[in-house]
Amino acid sequence: MRVALLVTHIRAEEKLILAAFNKRDISPDIILDRELNFEITQGADQLAPSGIAWRDYDLVFERCVSTSRGMYALAILNNWGLRTFNTYETAAACADKLRTSIALMKCGIPQPHTRVAFTPESAMQAIEDVRYPAVLKPVTGSWGRLLARVHNRDSAEAILEHRQTLGDYNHHTYYVQEYIDKPGRDIRAFVVGDRTIAAIYRASNHWITNTARGGLATNCPVTDQLNDICVRAAHAVGGGILAVDLLEDAVGDFVVNEINHTMEFRNSSKPTGVDIAQEVIDFVIGQIGVVA
Amino acid sequence: MASETPLCPECDGEVEIPADAMENELVSCAECGMELEIMNLDPLELELAPEVEEDWGE
Repeated sequence: MRVALLVTHIRAEEKLILAAFNKRDISPDIILDRELNFEITQGADQLAPSGIAWRDYDLVFERCVSTSRGMYALAILNNWGLRTFNTYETAAACADKLRTSIALMKCGIPQPHTRVAFTPESAMQAIEDVRYPAVLKPVTGSWGRLLARVHNRDSAEAILEHRQTLGDYNHHTYYVQEYIDKPGRDIRAFVVGDRTIAAIYRASNHWITNTARGGLATNCPVTDQLNDICVRAAHAVGGGILAVDLLEDAVGDFVVNEINHTMEFRNSSKPTGVDIAQEVIDFVIGQIGVVA
Repeated sequence: MASETPLCPECDGEVEIPADAMENELVSCAECGMELEIMNLDPLELELAPEVEEDWGE
């Protein structure tokens, strides 16, 4: 079995993934996204940077920290007929919060009340429609970057002017959500195929609870209710290996906040007691040979 | 792997390299906090890791 691990660089997660593959007697070839140089029309007969023809890989596991590099590589490889995790379709749906919202909407999965506008004037109206405090997010981005909780019209005007003046066109798509007054924590659930294998609470005094921003991880029991919404959310964006981020609203119901397709999990195996890397890799190995 | 302790290209501090280090792994300099990338294991070569770009994340 020949596997390529496509990375920007090696982080804790990639080492855990490599160890999990090794435990199953598979030694993936590590391919750096900085070395990719595809000839689009030549197809999978051309050599990967590893010196192996792309078509000889049974699987390419994409773990790029660079969303654009990973996503376009998946687009090419999938269209050459290669099996990848995740697929391009899943990555593209997750990489763009607006596309994620549309996918969730189509499947009737609860999410924060969300509006989209394309000018500062209409964005101001969108913010006032969802009411203060509102949350303004870039449609692409991660680790809580450039999120803004907007408390009043003055701050809304300032943020919108900054986005319009300083941001490129990506920041001129104004994605506005109601602020969910969560109980000092959110939930990250890890979905592998049709199963939520583990979940953590991420607690913080700050309203942004990402562990990349200092949120503290503790175990969150995977109830039937949590598993159900997470698996449905994962399928809504195309399925695969995904981290579903949820908020608990004022009455304790779940809403799906976002879905991540190259999830970070280094802080999550210890509190949950689940070997997330091994669960992921055993699932991936089991899928090789299964018709896509 | 080379036995000598490599120096941080930013601050010249000694950088601790894990025993199971890999090429292209990210490590941090304990002295200046700079994120570094292991470019070569034998001999050990460190470079400043690339700056985080806007599309980086999960």
